[in-house]
Amino acid sequence: MKVRFLSAGDCGLVVEFGERVDRAVSEEVLNLQASLAAAAIAGVTETLPTFRSLFVEYDPLVTGRRELEPAIGALLGRRPKARRMATLWRIPICYDGAFAPDLEEVARRVGLSPEEVARRHRTLPYHVYMIGFLPGFPYLGDLPAELALPRRADPRQKVAAGSVAIATTLTAIYTFESPGGWHIIGRTPVTLFDPSRSPPALLAPGDAVRFEAIDPALFAQIREKSEKGGYAIAGERVAL
Amino acid sequence: MTSGLLITKPGILTSVQDLGRVGYRQLGVPVSGALDRESLELANALVGNERAEAALEILYGGPTIKVVAETARVALAGGEGRIAILGGRSIPAWQSVTLESGETFEVMADRRASCCYLALAGGIAVPRFLGSAATYARAGIGGFEGRPLKAGDLLPLAFSRAPEREDLFLPAPPSLGREKTIAVVLGPQDRHFTDAALALFLESEFRVSPQADRMGMRLDGPRLFHRGGWDIVSDAIPEGAIQVPGSGQPILLLADHQTTGGYPKIATVISADLPVVGRRRPGDALRFRAVGIEAAEALARDARKSLDALSRSLKPVSQKASIDLDTLYEGNLISGVVSGRD
Repeated sequence: MKVRFLSAGDCGLVVEFGERVDRAVSEEVLNLQASLAAAAIAGVTETLPTFRSLFVEYDPLVTGRRELEPAIGALLGRRPKARRMATLWRIPICYDGAFAPDLEEVARRVGLSPEEVARRHRTLPYHVYMIGFLPGFPYLGDLPAELALPRRADPRQKVAAGSVAIATTLTAIYTFESPGGWHIIGRTPVTLFDPSRSPPALLAPGDAVRFEAIDPALFAQIREKSEKGGYAIAGERVAL
Repeated sequence: MTSGLLITKPGILTSVQDLGRVGYRQLGVPVSGALDRESLELANALVGNERAEAALEILYGGPTIKVVAETARVALAGGEGRIAILGGRSIPAWQSVTLESGETFEVMADRRASCCYLALAGGIAVPRFLGSAATYARAGIGGFEGRPLKAGDLLPLAFSRAPEREDLFLPAPPSLGREKTIAVVLGPQDRHFTDAALALFLESEFRVSPQADRMGMRLDGPRLFHRGGWDIVSDAIPEGAIQVPGSGQPILLLADHQTTGGYPKIATVISADLPVVGRRRPGDALRFRAVGIEAAEALARDARKSLDALSRSLKPVSQKASIDLDTLYEGNLISGVVSGRD
């Protein structure tokens, strides 16, 4: 894979592996992040994986681009010895009524019934490509190809926290109420980002997510427990 | 009752900030922290704090604050702002003052800058979230209850009584840098722009539009056109990145910016110039010049040295010149005299 080093000011560089949403690119990004963490290079202060690249932030008082680029380059060819371990999260989702304002339209546009869209949406586990846009907001993929639609032409001013949405080849969960342009097909009662929890974000890049359908009654029960802080969701360690 | 500072008027947007929340961008948590870290550090030095201590960031109009502690030492950093103590003294920026219980003061911000900083000796006793006291209001995290201050808030102080010692001043305060051309490193997506757009970016004057906040500032000026598409697969946004959406109108991203985004970024403001950019306000002009990475890294080291030297140059207030022109002007003892600094 052709790797490019891009400049991001005097405190950052971008190691770019591709320009598409692609699982193989993502694995390269996450492998480099793991290798860099293990290498503990002096002056590297933070890394941020995205679909296409790993952002590496550094302290120019400690190191510099001239030293970092070869040091990172030396890590690039390395293959991890073992298969990567990830946490698989089973996230409840309610595809009913008011929780899924766009489900019928999506179903019409892709030529399936709403039930079938919901079923296919939860068929396979998703890969957490990255977290961004809002604290804890996961970009998950890949969506079954037949469900792929462009973003909405008219973004909403307000999307409720917990909304599960799809656009292009991805699905995501809004962790806070915010504007949004994706198609909302369900809602989870689980709080994905909780400042009082450590770490505050439930999901991390490289994790896996499987959605499990629940009815509105169970949604209400889980929501109540979540708000009181009494709902813990367990992740399962799996080898990829 | 907890000792602290009672906010009687909050100002336009006053929030608890420090040097930011480092290490959690991969969870989508922005760095936040002061728009002008240089002034925050100097304000802290003036009251004897560690440089990274949390202070109040005051955007535009200043708050009015009542001391609800035995004593409190405060210092304002920011241009020619002042601390006006009700019914009494007026203390210029870049000087600490020790206030008595019940005293009320108003922060008179320098209107030529968007922000100034009020440091409090001992710091602010708010919980740290992910290692930082910085307020990120959009997600309701950090600072005082995760939000800007409002009237009636009692901001808890770490000390109920300021340590006994003389107040300090900074003999040669830094300039606001209003005329400074901002240095940038081109990239990460400079290849996504036409040569004409790159040239326009570096040759033109931009203005901070009214759409400016802690997340970023939209810049008015020539439109910058992309080579090919403007909708890229999301990648990371470094602080100071200048992203250009399809409209061609650049957005300079500041402390509360989102961690990732899908617009090409033509350039990134160097760290040494971020405080200068953070101080600019709507209507202010901005010009950019490109520097290489190694030059930018050297400028970061120079900026650190200058700031450390400034922090070491503080002097006791008693050593201020016996005739303090600022005080005379403020007291209207001299009028109609052209200041020697103009």
